[in-house]
Amino acid sequence: MPDTRTIDVEVLRYQPGEAAEPYTQTFKVPFTDDMSVLQGLQYIKDHLDGSLTFRWSCRMAICGSCGVMIDGVPHLGCRTFLREYFPGPIKVEALSHFPIERDLVVDAGDFIDKLPKIKPWIVPKEPRTLAQGEFLQTPAQLERYEQFSHCINCMLCYAACPQYGLDPKWLGPGLTALLHRYNVDSRDGAQAERMDLVHSEEGVWSCTAVGYCSEVCPKAVDPANAVNQNKMASAVSFFTRFLKRGD
Amino acid sequence: MAIRRTYVRPMAGWWKRNAFFKRYMAREVTALFVAAYALVLLAGLARLSQGHDAFEQWLDGLRSPLSIAFHILLLAIFVYHTYSWFTIMPKTMAPVVVGGKRLSNAAITGMGLAASAVIGIGFFVFLKVLAA
Repeated sequence: MPDTRTIDVEVLRYQPGEAAEPYTQTFKVPFTDDMSVLQGLQYIKDHLDGSLTFRWSCRMAICGSCGVMIDGVPHLGCRTFLREYFPGPIKVEALSHFPIERDLVVDAGDFIDKLPKIKPWIVPKEPRTLAQGEFLQTPAQLERYEQFSHCINCMLCYAACPQYGLDPKWLGPGLTALLHRYNVDSRDGAQAERMDLVHSEEGVWSCTAVGYCSEVCPKAVDPANAVNQNKMASAVSFFTRFLKRGD
Repeated sequence: MAIRRTYVRPMAGWWKRNAFFKRYMAREVTALFVAAYALVLLAGLARLSQGHDAFEQWLDGLRSPLSIAFHILLLAIFVYHTYSWFTIMPKTMAPVVVGGKRLSNAAITGMGLAASAVIGIGFFVFLKVLAA
């Protein structure tokens, strides 16, 4: 390989049944300037230790599978380059705040179970027949939700959210951003149902505005903004309900 | 199918793991100093209600070197409090659209900081004029 350098990659490994706790194993990985951390892990699996377990699919930051902690920061392995960490060592761990299934694979069951609760689809505001044509939307209406629709469900924001780590009941930054994406869509009519979740114990009031979720998002979504806009919506709804109590 | 035995990592000391979390905790801690200074002012109000002499005593207390050192420390902490909250402010608001364009986060933070500087310095000058 041309212009090859070598870096020590310290991987947090966990093999249930073989070791009671995770341990660190160091691999010497030769790399070129264009090699991502994911490619480094693939090198380890292909040439050094075939038992290393990790998730990946698209290699182009759209499938959201290869999220790992790199030197303690949540990143997608495919869009983070080994050269940035030279001379190293570089520490790779499973995403924080999730139970480790094996090596770098986390149990995402909690996220998957919560996903349908936010109704991540457009519930049409009014029934329309095909003959009535499509719902039209202005650029300003698109702007209200567009950035939130870029979420790829990679869960890096969960690994960045200490409140989720402390209490996984919390719906969390990513799903709240996705909930907000549908709630502010002019075509959608299910805001009232989703707001029940926003107000609940699992809802937005678990957030203490750490703001790290928005820092680590690989798609420049701002989950902290979605969460905090919904705190405002939740507070307004609470007080207007209080005022309307006499009805 | 193999039995799943997942490993849950402990959260103890989580905020020491990352510089961002340390800055967040520092921001949260500043609130305690804001509360402490509210108590200092409340004590002044209580002394005022006890009459002129009592209030003068409280004022003398504020002029002690220890109190001045405490105030300089508090000023530094309050500046960080202001800076850190205006930094997070854009994340807490609905988008602000001016002339069809969304106001950037930096503009919102900048305006907040500028407003606090103008109000802070303006109030200081106002008190100086009042005292003269």
